[in-house]
Amino acid sequence: MTELKLPSIDYAALAPILIMLGAALVGVLVEAFVPRRLRNAVQLGLALLAVAAALVMVILNADDRLITAGQAIAVDGPTLFLQGAILILAAMALLLVGERTVERGGAFVAHAAVTADSADDRRQADGMGGTTEVYPLVTFAIGGMLIFVAANDLLTMFIALEVFSLPLYLLCALARRRRLLSQEAALKYFMLGAYASAFFLFGVALIYGFTSGIPGRGAGVDFATVHAAVSESSSSPVLLFAGMALLAIGLLFKAAAAPFHVWTPDVYQGAPTPVTGFMAACTKVAAFGALLRVFHVAFAGASWDFTPVLGAVAVLTMLVGAVLAVTQTDIKRLLAYSSIANAGYLLVGVLAPSKEGLSGTMFYLVAYGFSVLAAFAVVTLVRDADGEATHLSRWAGLGRRSPFFAAIFTFILLAFAGIPLTSGFTSKFAVFAPALDANQAWLVIAGVLTSMVLAFPYLRVVVMMWLSEPGDATPTVTVPGALTSAALVIGVLATLVLGVAPAPLLDLANGAAEFVR
Amino acid sequence: MSNFPFLSVLTVAPLVGALVVALLPRRNPDLAKLVAFGWSLLVLVLSVVMWIAFQADGDRFQFRESYAWIPNWGVNFTFEVDGIALVMLMLIAILVPLVILASWHDAESSKRSVPVYFALLLVLECTMIGVFAAADVFLFYVFFEVMLVPMYFLIGSYGGHQRQYAAVKFFLYSLVGGLFMLAAVIGLWVVGGKTFDWQALSQAEFATDTARWLFLGFFLAFAIKAPFFPFHTWLPDAGGAAPAGAAALLVGVLDKVGTFGILRYCLPLFPEASRWFAPWALALGVIGIIYAALLAVGQNDLKRLVSYTSIAHFGFIGVGIFAFTTQAGTGAVLYMLNHGLATGLLFLVVGMLIARRGSALISDFGGAGKLVPLLAGVLFFAGLASLALPGTAPFVSEFLVLIGTFTTNKPVAVIATLGIILAAAYVLWMVQRTTQGTLNPALTEVDGMRRDLSLREKVVVAPLIALIVLLGFYPKPVTDVINPAVKATMQDVGRTDPAPEVGSVQEAAK
Repeated sequence: MTELKLPSIDYAALAPILIMLGAALVGVLVEAFVPRRLRNAVQLGLALLAVAAALVMVILNADDRLITAGQAIAVDGPTLFLQGAILILAAMALLLVGERTVERGGAFVAHAAVTADSADDRRQADGMGGTTEVYPLVTFAIGGMLIFVAANDLLTMFIALEVFSLPLYLLCALARRRRLLSQEAALKYFMLGAYASAFFLFGVALIYGFTSGIPGRGAGVDFATVHAAVSESSSSPVLLFAGMALLAIGLLFKAAAAPFHVWTPDVYQGAPTPVTGFMAACTKVAAFGALLRVFHVAFAGASWDFTPVLGAVAVLTMLVGAVLAVTQTDIKRLLAYSSIANAGYLLVGVLAPSKEGLSGTMFYLVAYGFSVLAAFAVVTLVRDADGEATHLSRWAGLGRRSPFFAAIFTFILLAFAGIPLTSGFTSKFAVFAPALDANQAWLVIAGVLTSMVLAFPYLRVVVMMWLSEPGDATPTVTVPGALTSAALVIGVLATLVLGVAPAPLLDLANGAAEFVR
Repeated sequence: MSNFPFLSVLTVAPLVGALVVALLPRRNPDLAKLVAFGWSLLVLVLSVVMWIAFQADGDRFQFRESYAWIPNWGVNFTFEVDGIALVMLMLIAILVPLVILASWHDAESSKRSVPVYFALLLVLECTMIGVFAAADVFLFYVFFEVMLVPMYFLIGSYGGHQRQYAAVKFFLYSLVGGLFMLAAVIGLWVVGGKTFDWQALSQAEFATDTARWLFLGFFLAFAIKAPFFPFHTWLPDAGGAAPAGAAALLVGVLDKVGTFGILRYCLPLFPEASRWFAPWALALGVIGIIYAALLAVGQNDLKRLVSYTSIAHFGFIGVGIFAFTTQAGTGAVLYMLNHGLATGLLFLVVGMLIARRGSALISDFGGAGKLVPLLAGVLFFAGLASLALPGTAPFVSEFLVLIGTFTTNKPVAVIATLGIILAAAYVLWMVQRTTQGTLNPALTEVDGMRRDLSLREKVVVAPLIALIVLLGFYPKPVTDVINPAVKATMQDVGRTDPAPEVGSVQEAAK
C-alpha cells in the first residue's frame, strides 16, 4: 500500500481565497449573534474589510508564480490580476448593496411574505436597517470567483463554479420590489445554471476519459495533464472535442455568450440592481478568467480546432447582443444585451493567442466592470414612489431634471459606444489589435460592424435624456447616499482615466499576462 | 519663437476656455459670451503668431512636438503641421470668434443654458484644432471621433426644426465612418510595425491588397465626413437643423476634416491604392458636383440649400485632390479655405435672415432687400462668392482645380465646369426669390425684418468679406504656404505634373 502524502499548501498564496470564505462564515455567525440594529453596519464593514484584506494579500503575492494545493490552484499573473479585479469591482458592488439612504431598508427583501411598503416592510426597514443576509452571500460568491480564476484543474473549477453560482441564484430572488419578476429571474437563472453546470461536469468526465490514453501517465483533470493529453493521448479525439464543447457551454453560459445568453436579460432585469451590477462586472471577470485559463492553458494545443467554433460564437454573440439591444425599452434589459455584446468583444480577445491578447482581454474586463457598475449605480438612483423607473420612456427629459446624473450616464454610454477618451475605446483597441495581429480580421470586422449597430440604442437613451422634454412621468434622481456616490465616482473616474491614461493598467496587465502550467 | 509649443497650446487653450465658460453662472449669460469671445480672440492671436513663425520655404512639417501617451501601443501626443494643416488652423481661428459673435442671441431662444452653448463651441474648436494638428494616427482618430460629441449637442440641444433626428443622423453616420476607420487604423498599426507615428508610417511599405483595404477604410470615413456623394444625406439635415453658427462651423471646418484626411492620410500612406481608386473618387466628385447642384436648385429651405451647395463644392475639392496635379491639389486646398470663408459667410448671413423672419423657407421671403438693404447686399455678395465669381477668392481655387484637372483628365474637367453654371442658377435664383422683386407683404408685419445689420453683425461679416476679396485678388501668401505641402503630397503619390508651374497660373488668375 502506498503511503498517503499530504500535498504541500502555500497558505500565503491562498490567503485571498481563505480570507473571503472565512469572512463569509463569520458573516453567517454575525447573522446569528449580533443584534439586528447593528447588523447592517457590522456586516458591511466586515465584508469590505475582508475584501480590503484579500486585496492586500493579492498585492503582497504579486510576484507569485506557483501551483499549490496539489495541482488544484495556480497562483500566477492572470490569477492575481483577475483576483485583484474581482475584489476591487466587488468592493464597488458591496457599496451599492450596502446603500440604505436611497431607499430606506435598501434594495433587498427580508421575507418573501412581506410586501413592499406594507407596515411590516416599513418596520423592518426603519428599525432594523434592512436585510443583511446578502452580505455573507455576496462574500461567498466573491470567494468562489477567486477560486474560479485560480483553479488549475477542472474539478476545482467546477466546485468554484458552484460556490459562486449558488449565492448568486439566491441573491437574484431578493429584490424588494417587483417580487415576482425577481423570483422568476432567480428560478430561471437557477434552472439554466444547473443545466450549464451539468454540461460542465459531463465535459470534465469526458476529458478525464480522454486523458487516460496518455502512455505511461495516469489520467487526471489538472491542466498540465489535459495539455499533455491533447498532444499525446491515444484516446479517440471525439472524447476531446465533445468534452471541450461541453466545458465551453458551461463557461459560455456564465459569460453570457450567445446562444447561451437567454437568461441574461430576464435575470439582469429581475435581480436587485446592485446584484445585477455585481453579476455584470464580477461574474464576467470570473467567467472569462476561467475561459482564458481553460483555452490558453489546457487546450492550447487544440487551438486550431476550437478557434473557428469560438469565433462563430463570438460573432453570433456580438450580433445577438447588438441587434436585440436596439429593440429594448427597459434600461436594465438594454444594459443586459449590451453586456452580451461585450461578451462577444471579450471572446475576440480570448481568440488572440498572444500575450497582448491575454492582457488586452484582462484590461477589457476591468474597464468594462467599472463602467457597467457605474451604469447600474445610476439606474438605482432614477426612481419614483414605486422604486426604480427602468422603462426608457420614463427617462425622457432626465437631462433637464437632473443634468448632473444625466451627464454621468451619457458619459458611460459614450464609453460603451467606444468613443475615444473613454475606457470603452481603449479596451476595444486592446482586444481588436491583437486579434488582427493573429489574422482574425473577420472577428474584428464583425466587432466593428456590431459596434455601429450598438451605438444606436445607446444614442437613443442619450436622445431620450437630453433632447426630449420632461413629461409628468419623468422621475427625479434621488440624491445618492455616500456609498452609492463613492461607487459612482470610482466607476466614472476609472472609465475616464482608463480612457485617457491606460498605460499603467496596460503595463500591469502585460506584466501579468503569462500562465503557469 | 519657433520653439514655442504652438500646437499643443492651441489645442488645449480652447478646452480650458470651455471649462471656464461652462462654470460661469447661468444667470449672467453676457459674461459667458464675452469670456468665450475673448478666449477665441486669444486663440486667433496665437494662430496669427504661429502663421508668422511658419517658414513657407522651410521643412514640410514644422512645430513638431511629441509626448508619450500610451507607450504600450506606441501612441504619442505628436503634433506637427504642414502648409495644408496650417491654413486650416487659421481658418478655424478666424471663424470661431466670428461664429461666437454671430451666435450672440442664438442660444437664448432654446431655453437651454447659454454658457453651455458657448462652452460647446470652444470644445468644438479644441477638437477641430487637434484633428488638424495631430501627426499621430491614433491621436487623429481620437480627435476625429470626439469632435462628434460637442457637435451632436450643439445640433440636438440648440437646433431648430427636427433637431433630434438630424443630430442622431449626424452622429450615427459619422460614427459608422469612424468605426470603419478604426478597423483601418488598427490594421495600419499591425502591418505598419506597431507605430502610429505619421512620419514612420509614411515610410512603411504595404502589400498591395492590404493597402487597398486600408485605403478603403480611411476613405469611407473621410467620404462620409466630407461628405461625398452618395454619403452626403446627413449634411442637409444636420446643416438645416443646426443653429446657424454651428452650421457655419460644421460645413466650413468640420467637413474639411474629410478632405484633409484624404490629403494627409489616404494619399501619402497608400499611394498605389490612391492611384487605383482615383477614377472612382473622381467619378464620385463629379456626380456630387452635378447632383448636389441640381438638388440645391430645388430647395425651399435656405439652410438646406446652402448645405447642398457645399456638397457640390466638396465635389470640386474631391476632383482637385484626385486629379493628382499640383495645380489641382493647391486649388483643392485653397478651395477648402475659401469655401470655409464663403460658405461660412453665407451660412451666417442666412442665419441672420432666418433669425429676423423666424422662418427658413425661401417662400416666406421676397423683396426683403427693400426692408434690409445692407443685409440683402451681403447675402448677394456671399452668394456671388459661393458661385465663384472672378474677383472673389473661391474663383481662384475653382479655376486652379479645373485647369489642373484639365491637364490630366479632360472629361472630368469639362463636366465639372458645368457645375459652375448650375451654381449660378441656384445662387441667383435664391437671391432673387428672397431679396429681389416685389415685397412680400407678410414681411412688413415681422418686426425683425425692419432692422438692418446691427453693429455686431457688421463686425461679423466685414472680416469675411475683406478676406474673400483680398484672397480673390492676391492669394499668394496662402498659396506660398500650401504649394510645398501639396507638391510633397503629390510626390508621395508618385505623380508629377504635366503642366507648367503654379506661379504662372496665378498670374493668369489675377
